Amino acid sequence: MSGRGMSAAAQREARASLAQSFLARFEGLKARLPGDARAREAAALAFGERGLPGPRDEAWKYTNLRALAGMAFHEPFTVVAGCNGLLDRLPAIAAPRLVFVDGRLRQDLSRLPGTMRVSGFAQTPDFGTLVHPEREPLAALNTMLAQDGAMISVAEGVDAGTLVLASLAADVHGRPVAFHPRHRVRLARGARLTLIEISLGEGVYLHNPVSEVLVGQGAVLTHVRLQDEAPGAFHLATLYADIAARGTYDGFALNIGARIARTEIHARLGGENAVAHLNGAQLLGGTQHADFTSVVSHEAPSCTSRQTIKNVLSGKSRGVFQGRIEVARGAQKTDGYQMNQALLLSADAEIDSKPELEIYADDVKCSHGATVGALDADQIFYLRSRGVPEPEARALLVRAFLAEALDPIADETARTCLDEAVERWWERQAA
Amino acid sequence: MLEIKGLKADVDGTEILKGIDLAVPTGEVHAVMGPNGSGKSTLAYVLAGRDDYAVTGGSATFDGVDLLSLEPEARAAAGLFLAFQYPVELPGVGNANFLRTALNATRRARGEPELDAVQFLKLARAETRRLSVPDDMLKRNVNVGFSGGEKKRNEVLQMAILRPKLAILDETDSGLDIDALKIVAHGVNTLRGPDFSALVITHYQRLLDHIIPDRVHVLAGGRIVRSGGPELAHELEAHGYASVAAEAA
Repeated sequence: MSGRGMSAAAQREARASLAQSFLARFEGLKARLPGDARAREAAALAFGERGLPGPRDEAWKYTNLRALAGMAFHEPFTVVAGCNGLLDRLPAIAAPRLVFVDGRLRQDLSRLPGTMRVSGFAQTPDFGTLVHPEREPLAALNTMLAQDGAMISVAEGVDAGTLVLASLAADVHGRPVAFHPRHRVRLARGARLTLIEISLGEGVYLHNPVSEVLVGQGAVLTHVRLQDEAPGAFHLATLYADIAARGTYDGFALNIGARIARTEIHARLGGENAVAHLNGAQLLGGTQHADFTSVVSHEAPSCTSRQTIKNVLSGKSRGVFQGRIEVARGAQKTDGYQMNQALLLSADAEIDSKPELEIYADDVKCSHGATVGALDADQIFYLRSRGVPEPEARALLVRAFLAEALDPIADETARTCLDEAVERWWERQAA
Repeated sequence: MLEIKGLKADVDGTEILKGIDLAVPTGEVHAVMGPNGSGKSTLAYVLAGRDDYAVTGGSATFDGVDLLSLEPEARAAAGLFLAFQYPVELPGVGNANFLRTALNATRRARGEPELDAVQFLKLARAETRRLSVPDDMLKRNVNVGFSGGEKKRNEVLQMAILRPKLAILDETDSGLDIDALKIVAHGVNTLRGPDFSALVITHYQRLLDHIIPDRVHVLAGGRIVRSGGPELAHELEAHGYASVAAEAA
């Protein structure tokens, strides 16, 4: 069932029915689920009341989950046969790695790091303090059903190097599965970590991760995410980050996979001179839909937030950017910048952009902008007149468009990994 | 040899070229001079294959190949090069990468082996030195933040690296000071030889003091109205286009 032709009432019913099936799963599983049972019950209550977000939810205005609502999801098997093929698709990175298969940590496929403490949520469940299940329905769904995840912590002053967090997914004999991993990354004062998160898979599934990120004073987390999920997959990721004084959260998310994807980030700059970079790129084709939604809360003076989101849209794909900067009363000398740009490679592609500023301090510098355009005919002709064939000229200009977003990524391993993904995407479009 | 016969072209339904006849034998440099709006740039773009011009009649062949039937990139591979009057900026594209992509694309099309980054840089550095172009021009994004003179020099650098058989220079002298003009002229003159031809489009005679043409053609109202030797450029300079065009009519 595609759901595209469904009436509003039928869509509502489908959402309610899927929500009911998740609630029933929770009832059946709850005695065996790890961690704080009260937190789960509260999340179940919130999810029961709100259900799956629909078009009337302001935060989901541009992303309709009707295609998801038409699905029936099953529990993932604990052991997925044939995940070697998926493992082979992971970029060859020499760093330690945590490998999850259908949301479960697989120690046998992982290489544990010596520079930081790492455990599975299944063993050391901790829902943390930043997640808002009462506000975000998918965070409620995650809190209700999370079974595993990565609990990562780096001790004070330690440079922990690079860690790969891989999520491999596969449906089971063509039956869609849903999994809701719960991750937590904690960097103590002065700690450093480069976290490269890669999501890929085969078939139809819902990957609904929630991450809590705590960046301590003067700590630096470089968080590079590559979402290359299966074409039939749903990837709805919510991240909550809290950045202390002089700390930096340097985030970049590249979305090239999934049928419907949402990258939702809530970042709180809680101490003076904290920095948040919430950059990203979405490369879409066919009927893909990807939504980049962020809320940055400047709650302390002299903090900086930077956001450049680039969309390259072909076919009938649709990109969404919702960005909100909130500046609290005392957050003077706030420096906030937000830019959303879209390159439309076809007449049927679409971008929706909704920037919002909410400022309660008087001495701030906040700006935002958006641009939409096609490839420039003069630029294409210039390249062709130099002998560059048209497809190659277009590819070169698309890469150039992305360069501004990708160039600030200083970590070479991460950059290589993203560059390769961009090439893969381009080859898929050409095919 | 470039052979243009009865070439007619429209822009947005307005006829700009009204039947151009022009032949540039291999090894010769010809100048096309004419007042503003005479169709000089249109002629350059039509030969290079820009698709917002509709060719409505006539032909243009290069070494017997029908240029007008080829895609712009195939014309480049056949040895044609257009130095743009207004070189295009390519933000996010490094000049060295651009030049190497262009060189390797034409080499590929001609069945020649591609150059790797090291081989290319060696070649590019030799050319920048020869043309007194600062090395950092290779590192910058293509034409982004370049002065008018730098852009024109970059066109000549591209020409030097791509080594075309036929170069069309579309008012490459406009906006250049005398030093830059000499560099551009030097770039063209060093390519001169039995296998190189050029069509130098210009409004003024001063470039032709440095690139001495074998022939000068006057383009007015979409037609070549007069042709002659290098002295014709001086005559134009002395008496203006109006009298020359009137004399021809």
